[in-house]
Amino acid sequence: MAASVETPISRRLKHVRHIIIVLSGKGGVGKSSVSTQLALSLHARGNRVGILDTDLTGPSLPRMLGVGRSDTGVHQSSEGWVPVYADGAEQRMAVMSVGFLVKSRDDSVVWRGPKKNAMIRQFLSDVRWGELDFLVIDTPPGTSDEHLSLMEHLAPLSSRLSSVIVTTPQAVALSDVIKCLSFTRAVELPVIGLVENMSGYVCPCCGEVSNIFSTGGGEAMATREGVDFLGRLPVDTELVEVLDDAAMEAEAEEGAQSSFGLLERYKKTPTFGLFAGIADKVVAFFD
Amino acid sequence: MIAVQNVPNPSSIPENAPEHCPGTESELAGRSDACNGCANQEICASNLPKGPDPALPFIRARMADVKRKVLVLSGKGGVGKSTFTAQLGWALAADDATQTGIMDVDICGPSIPTILGLTHEQIHSSASGWSPVYVQDNLCAMSVGFMLPSQRDAVMWRGPKKNGLISQFLKDVDWGVLDWLVIDTPPGTSDEHLSVVQYLKESGIDGAVLITTPQEVALQDVRREIDFCRKVGIRILGLVENMSGFVCPNCKTESKIFKPSSGGGKRLAEETNVEFLGSVPLDPRIGKSADYGVSFLEEFPDSPASQAYLDIIDRIKEVLGDTE
Repeated sequence: MAASVETPISRRLKHVRHIIIVLSGKGGVGKSSVSTQLALSLHARGNRVGILDTDLTGPSLPRMLGVGRSDTGVHQSSEGWVPVYADGAEQRMAVMSVGFLVKSRDDSVVWRGPKKNAMIRQFLSDVRWGELDFLVIDTPPGTSDEHLSLMEHLAPLSSRLSSVIVTTPQAVALSDVIKCLSFTRAVELPVIGLVENMSGYVCPCCGEVSNIFSTGGGEAMATREGVDFLGRLPVDTELVEVLDDAAMEAEAEEGAQSSFGLLERYKKTPTFGLFAGIADKVVAFFD
Repeated sequence: MIAVQNVPNPSSIPENAPEHCPGTESELAGRSDACNGCANQEICASNLPKGPDPALPFIRARMADVKRKVLVLSGKGGVGKSTFTAQLGWALAADDATQTGIMDVDICGPSIPTILGLTHEQIHSSASGWSPVYVQDNLCAMSVGFMLPSQRDAVMWRGPKKNGLISQFLKDVDWGVLDWLVIDTPPGTSDEHLSVVQYLKESGIDGAVLITTPQEVALQDVRREIDFCRKVGIRILGLVENMSGFVCPNCKTESKIFKPSSGGGKRLAEETNVEFLGSVPLDPRIGKSADYGVSFLEEFPDSPASQAYLDIIDRIKEVLGDTE
């Protein structure tokens, strides 16, 4: 099966070792946040990482990675579109999102399926990703055009594809995740495992843990469905702030370009330590 | 800007068409191999301008009996659109004389059946169309979730199929006479949103309620949604900030889980000239109620969140001029 047809996309992504698609049936469970953290954690381990945002009508990655306002820089080169590097000169963290292509942050991208499909194809075939250890692909909620397009375009690379599923613990989210699992089975996409996000909140005042969206639902479902459980992440207000403010602080810090400020700030949040366990399992999946 | 275009209607294929009919609106209509021998080949090949969507008159007829049509929108997912829709439905239905319908156009991730406690319900069809599922005498709902053989099944559909189903929800569902039709949408600004707007253009949408959470990542998506509403000409009734602040059940201190680093919904509303309808604090019992499919407003009337919901709903009625 390895010798499949060569397409512009397979040629472009020839030097990408692993492609991880981050999925969840439901919106707002933290796909973009998990994608960002996964990319940062892999970067912290010395990998070359690419991160592609296929949420075309609601891109969150530019904001979370602190790129996009002042340095909106997708350049055209003879070898294709140059992605934006979130880590500046190091160039080990390449980012691509539709957020870089719209004029203002308030502009809506009102596209139907075929246009979204074309954009995703361009992201995969025209962006000069270069040599990457991991390409993390963030997706919009659901199982529709974007997901089908991704699977279609990446079909020649199916041996290097895998996915991480993100959920929150409440039943409403889990019912969507089951649909998402059915999707991965239908398209034969390997699942590395499930991450349970927003599992509990620690009161900053008294330390009491409240299960805002209940807890444990993700793990129970992973066991039931025979999927690996990668870990549980509580709501971390510091992380919300780091990912929310990233852009502003990046602008403030423009002098110190050598250090990857966002990664340093992320390392200080309590979640960084917890996420390390998840990143370990993801890396171990490929060994 | 991308204008609202006419979508090909999957149901536009005539009954007597050959098996591989490319569809009457396709560029190949009348010219593909399958068309040879088809009774309609000449009409298709004549390349006369395609008329408006044949479903539109039926939708208009069906919607003539619906007084208020309100969209619940938000650019971002998981901010509480479906929960708000359900609470709005329940609050409106608290008045026995009001008939309310809830339509869930989130085709790939329907949450309405779970939140309304209708997980195992199925749709029945009658001579007058598909019957919606009734929560109580004066509150009914329609969702793709009622049509799936099991909860596990994923709907892996591209745009045109989703549009076809939305048109059927508006045209073939026996909504009856409704005072309110509340439409819950998926996140984003794509096929589902364009279709609803387009199909209801003639009947008129009374307005959209936008939902957000306080953090900037959600607000930036709401800005896009406001832009969308203005592009397609939908009136924005106002903005609701959900999950704004959390009261610890142990020490009663309020903390901001999703910190409004850029001023939250209120400031966004001021900046964009949209009415701020109010904020709903995060109460873990809201999520629990949604999981069990019971009305939060009825179960916990003394929660500050219930009060906030009711105030917002009153204000929506006021904005629409529906207060007695």
